[in-house]
Amino acid sequence: MSATPVPAARPALRVPHGGWRVIAAKELGDHLLSLRFIVLLVVLGLAASIPLYFTADFIKTQAPAASGTPAVFLALFTIGSPDYTFLRVDSFVTIVAPLLGLAFAFDAINGERSEGTLPRLLAQPIYRDDVINGKFVAGLAVIAVALLAVVGIISGFGILRLGIVPASDEIVRLIGWIVVTFIYVGLWLAFGLLLSVLVRRAATSALIGFGVWFVLTIFGGLIVTIIAKAVSPLTGTTTDQIIGQAQTQQFITRLLPGQLYAEVTKVLLNPSSNPQADLPGSLGQAQQAAQQIPSTILTFDQSLLLVMPQVVVLVALTVVCFALAYVAFMRQEVRA
Amino acid sequence: MSGVEAAPHEATAPSERPAERDRPEPVIRTRRLTKRYDSLTAVDRLDLEVYPGEIFGLLGQNGAGKTTTILMLLGLSEPTEGEASVMGLDPAWEPREVKRRVGYLPDAVGFYEGMTGRENLRYTARLNGLDRMEATRSIDQVLEQVGLTSRADDPVSAYSRGMRQRLGIADALVKSPDLLILDEPTTSIDPIGVVEILDLLRRLVDETGLAIMLSSHLLSQVQTVCDRIGIFAAGRLIGVGTIDELARTFGDGSATIEVGLDLPTQAVVDRAAVTLRAIASVESVEPAGVGNGSWRVRVRPADREDQVLQDILEAAVRERLRLTAIRPIVPSLDDIYRVAVERPLPKPKGVKRRGSKRPDGERRASANRSSGTNGPRGTDRPAALAPESRPDSPAETDEGQP
Repeated sequence: MSATPVPAARPALRVPHGGWRVIAAKELGDHLLSLRFIVLLVVLGLAASIPLYFTADFIKTQAPAASGTPAVFLALFTIGSPDYTFLRVDSFVTIVAPLLGLAFAFDAINGERSEGTLPRLLAQPIYRDDVINGKFVAGLAVIAVALLAVVGIISGFGILRLGIVPASDEIVRLIGWIVVTFIYVGLWLAFGLLLSVLVRRAATSALIGFGVWFVLTIFGGLIVTIIAKAVSPLTGTTTDQIIGQAQTQQFITRLLPGQLYAEVTKVLLNPSSNPQADLPGSLGQAQQAAQQIPSTILTFDQSLLLVMPQVVVLVALTVVCFALAYVAFMRQEVRA
Repeated sequence: MSGVEAAPHEATAPSERPAERDRPEPVIRTRRLTKRYDSLTAVDRLDLEVYPGEIFGLLGQNGAGKTTTILMLLGLSEPTEGEASVMGLDPAWEPREVKRRVGYLPDAVGFYEGMTGRENLRYTARLNGLDRMEATRSIDQVLEQVGLTSRADDPVSAYSRGMRQRLGIADALVKSPDLLILDEPTTSIDPIGVVEILDLLRRLVDETGLAIMLSSHLLSQVQTVCDRIGIFAAGRLIGVGTIDELARTFGDGSATIEVGLDLPTQAVVDRAAVTLRAIASVESVEPAGVGNGSWRVRVRPADREDQVLQDILEAAVRERLRLTAIRPIVPSLDDIYRVAVERPLPKPKGVKRRGSKRPDGERRASANRSSGTNGPRGTDRPAALAPESRPDSPAETDEGQP
């Protein structure tokens, strides 16, 4: 039995702080070099540029006639060509963007688990939440990169095809739209993270994530109608009753992130849009909208004011998803 | 330091050891450490001490509570009751400080497959707060130590299991720890890989004076490399000490010496039997017959073994018996383990080791007992014995694996 002397007293070891930064940097590097990033960038790019191709021609032919129309540049994002009205950049982004969020999070934690790297990672001198925070930040960063790249491509393409340079108000609106899109994708990122904590197999969590995305995207409206009818059945034919049911339906619709995002997009990218006119919340609002001076143009801050509730709900949903993932991860046993 | 020579001095329980006061502070100390999951008690009132410069083996079947204990020592799992102290720190309260000083190789360690071995290590170094220069130096050093320098820039996906395991040890060493905790370091490694890893561990302890605690369910490996062993069963530590101490605690108080004799005629055989039986403390002799055979001499009490060994040598010279081999046989850890597990608890149904086919393991002068090859031990491994003494260590190492 040896009593080897203890190694000479070493200078007090510094316990590092900011482990999440190291993790985020590593994850970001992984993401940017990963095949899925390239694939998604291509998909998102196609989703944006195909409608753009048709729209740009349309706008170009109409532009001389429509001189004086506000925010011609933003029309690139919001209108389709007469032949394919559904081909619009904003609706395509609404559909495709969640995939971006899911793709960078669905295997964040369970991937480490199945690779056997999680115990090794947690045995390093970091806080446990550094892992999930770092991964979330890395996901947000990679989303930001992808979004900026895509919007940059669209804008560049638009400037070339149209020969129109965006006005400063349009640029502000575009930035606002990017920020909200970022939050929207962040919501799906947090949802993916939650799945990766709760579901042990990456393939299963991907399937669940894409399943939820598919159902909400394709059947979202149908489901809302069914629930609204069940919650407040249409009992009479008076205006109040009809509006009452419409309100219920609208309330439920606004729980769907895609719907919230679509509303925000519509207002932010179109200075003359007014959701109260399009979707009256009450009889009073409907009357108000009817008396509104047509084609009123809102400033950016007025538009922002209109969609603030939706933005707040989007942020809240993101925070809730992330908080759930966080708590679940902190309470999990290290051992699988 | 050989467990054999030192044995008489260490016969007492650890707490009564004369050397106790000279000992450095333990790197691991647990007091009534307990972990309960709903109805299951994974670790039951564990009292354990591990000292600097030793390799401590945690031996137990799968599910005996080894990994749970390790996780509690690292602050990755909270004890239900009791306390642990690692490097003088409480892992439940200061897990980061503990983890900064302790290298950990998890059971079934994994790496980021797309990254090279060096990149994986660099990530760990960064997480430990090493700056670029320190990290580079430390990584080069540990890669050298585990012998992976030439493959360090290959992606981990191209590594064999043995290389991954060595990379795992390198990963645990990158932070220059004072204590290394290895969970099943040799599981599913081929026999040669196992020998390499165990040699590496011994070298590390000898060179740097760090402490190693390793868990295993493979008895022979623990026996080869560990200075002290704790036997775990159903969450309880049922025995701690060197192999000799454990043998004494759980053995029947006798020792066996194997004597190889080459005897030409029956008359000489009879004479040899009489001679051997006449030696003091020899309880019984199992003769082998004419020709070159191995005799078994049973000694009681066990601590007279060294004297008897000497007497046999002298008697053989005196009686002109052709001695071809002589070596003491320690009870293998297999036997100790089986006895230990069966004694205080109902017979576990899980003991299904092939090792039971080989009731006696001979005492090996392994690298860890380097000082043991002097003195009477010098006769331990004559050339003639080498072939038959070799197979047992690798053959058993991969047992228990699917």
